[in-house]
Amino acid sequence: MVVSVAPVEIEEAYTESLVVPDKPWVTIVWNDPVNLMSYVAFVFQKHFGYSREKSTELMMDVHQLGRAAVSNGTREEMERDVEAMHGYGLWATMQHDE
Amino acid sequence: MVASFRRARKGGVSVTFGVDESRVLRHVLGEMVELLGTDAADSADEDPLAVAVGIGTSTKAPADPALARLFPDGYSDDPDASADFRRYTETGLRSTKLEALQSALATVGEPGQRVTLTPEQAEAWLRALNDTRLVLGERLGITDEIEEVIASLGEDDPRLALFWVYDRLTYLQETLVQALWSGP
Repeated sequence: MVVSVAPVEIEEAYTESLVVPDKPWVTIVWNDPVNLMSYVAFVFQKHFGYSREKSTELMMDVHQLGRAAVSNGTREEMERDVEAMHGYGLWATMQHDE
Repeated sequence: MVASFRRARKGGVSVTFGVDESRVLRHVLGEMVELLGTDAADSADEDPLAVAVGIGTSTKAPADPALARLFPDGYSDDPDASADFRRYTETGLRSTKLEALQSALATVGEPGQRVTLTPEQAEAWLRALNDTRLVLGERLGITDEIEEVIASLGEDDPRLALFWVYDRLTYLQETLVQALWSGP
């Protein structure tokens, strides 16, 4: 069974490169009453590498509008972002960009 | 005196907890370790091979609302994709959260003793404090107006003590964010 692993991975990587990179998925972070504003902004800067200003803007969107799209990319990339946000305790989901 | 985290050398932080604080912290962090550790052990039907590679069998959000908050659905509007996402992420997330809690628990230090944390240990504290506040917040039904909730409780309501703990953890976490955040 071990041998089949490598070919499958190669095939997937190959297929991936043929997909048009139109970044159709987004990660949404939702407002919640517990997470600190400073912490949320800190996490955005730490994980996404955004500037302090951009991180703070996104955090304010979450706080005031109830949600903000914090990143976009392929489905796999967004799954990694959502997982990272859950790791930090932020309430995040992903969806197709509308 | 109330403890707060302060910036230390090489990106680390330092903190000195008092007698009450270190006791309360050990208690709540210990409870969190139990909460996250026990639930996983309950899943007797886990496939050991799948567990070994970090894939769980759980496809539904945990029944305990506090755990459900720690492990939310991954997709906004796709239950099937959320179930798959959960199978591939929940086991790993659970171990990461447990490790952060255990790291924090191991570095509470003795009362009155100054503890210096590496950046990694400081981040573990940050995650541990946040997860603990999320669970307490769920248990206490904390909404946007925490003052209103507190005002609605009677003087001898046992939950007042928990609110006090929540408030202390909030302050500690805020000082930790400020101590760690030095980027542009």
